[in-house]
Amino acid sequence: MDYKNIQTICPFCGCGCGLNLEVIDGEIVGVLPVSDHPVGRGSLCIKGWNAHSFVQHKDRLKTPLIREKGEFREAKWDEAFDLVAKKLKSIKSKHGSDSIGILTSAKCTNEENYLLQKFARVVIGTNSVDHCARL
Amino acid sequence: MIDQIREQVKKVLKDLDGVVALRLTEQGTAPYLFQKADDLSQLVMEPRYPVSETTSKLQKRFKDAKIGIVARGCDTRALVEMAKRNQIDPTRLYIIGVSCSSELAEICHCAEPFPQIEQWPQAEIIGDPVPGAPPNPLVTKFENMPVNKRWEFWKAQFTKCIKCYGCRDICPVCFCEACALEDPLWVEPGLLVPDFPMYHLIKAMHMTTRCIACRQCETACPSGIPLTVLYDLIHSDVSELIGYKPGEDITANPPLSLTLADAPMESDLAY
Repeated sequence: MDYKNIQTICPFCGCGCGLNLEVIDGEIVGVLPVSDHPVGRGSLCIKGWNAHSFVQHKDRLKTPLIREKGEFREAKWDEAFDLVAKKLKSIKSKHGSDSIGILTSAKCTNEENYLLQKFARVVIGTNSVDHCARL
Repeated sequence: MIDQIREQVKKVLKDLDGVVALRLTEQGTAPYLFQKADDLSQLVMEPRYPVSETTSKLQKRFKDAKIGIVARGCDTRALVEMAKRNQIDPTRLYIIGVSCSSELAEICHCAEPFPQIEQWPQAEIIGDPVPGAPPNPLVTKFENMPVNKRWEFWKAQFTKCIKCYGCRDICPVCFCEACALEDPLWVEPGLLVPDFPMYHLIKAMHMTTRCIACRQCETACPSGIPLTVLYDLIHSDVSELIGYKPGEDITANPPLSLTLADAPMESDLAY
């Protein structure tokens, strides 16, 4: 029998509200706002209140899936990356750089987001970069 | 007083499986289940968290566990309403009641900043009760407003709502598995600002015989809506009309669970 709260930062946007993950015997069962957090000041939005729900969700993807003949099959990361690189290259050469857009995420660090825009502009050659936290 | 609380927790842990209280670590303060081997110097009282909800969660999960709780007045009032609705088993609960300071009572506009422990099978109290604080001045201000101004007041307040459901999520006496606020019949999904006044009035109606004035909802509201002004007013209406005070008496049945024949309204107030 074990109950504790693990303090962390909400993964959903750039604000960075503090939240406590309520953990019973290793299972995340809920979220509590961090009362004295300098950003959230004891409040959360609906995304923060539900920030734990994906972690142990049965539908969460834990491995890449590749679609073949309309069916998904599990794949290794190397194989998935090779396929993505191959397809992006062929789309770029066939339809041009601006046929590709990149969506980044608030769940990534600043550095990862920087890398993605760099990838979009330098490798792909497009300015079509956007971010879910801009919503 | 904190040393006294820690000492008492240490003592009762000999017979209990754990005690729910706040723990301060390098990460910050949050509710925690203290067990025999834990460092009790980490047990603190501030800031406030809904520890009654945590205790209910643990009792439901561990069906045989005997759990203690370090509880303030508002926590014990919540436990009373929870016990009536089968969310807490009083026979498996040990309450270490702690009186709040007058400063905290002022901040919370709390009329009863101390636990009532007489009605619990296993409970004790630490600290001398301080007198209740005067009511929220906003309540008086609101009561003096004409009806059309009241409507405008709430419209302006509820328009700030970002529909985070935080007031419901943090509320210790909001525990229904099926919530009307998630039913598309009553609340249109994806609509922001939520419908005025339906969304907030559903919550307020469901609070009529439950709200124990812990004010966690107001603290958790990112938009600063003075929700407890509404709940305080409902509280005094319910108390006046049917003589029911949520959190007061563990043997008093909640009026909304009775028929009118069981609980006749004795009032000459004309509405």
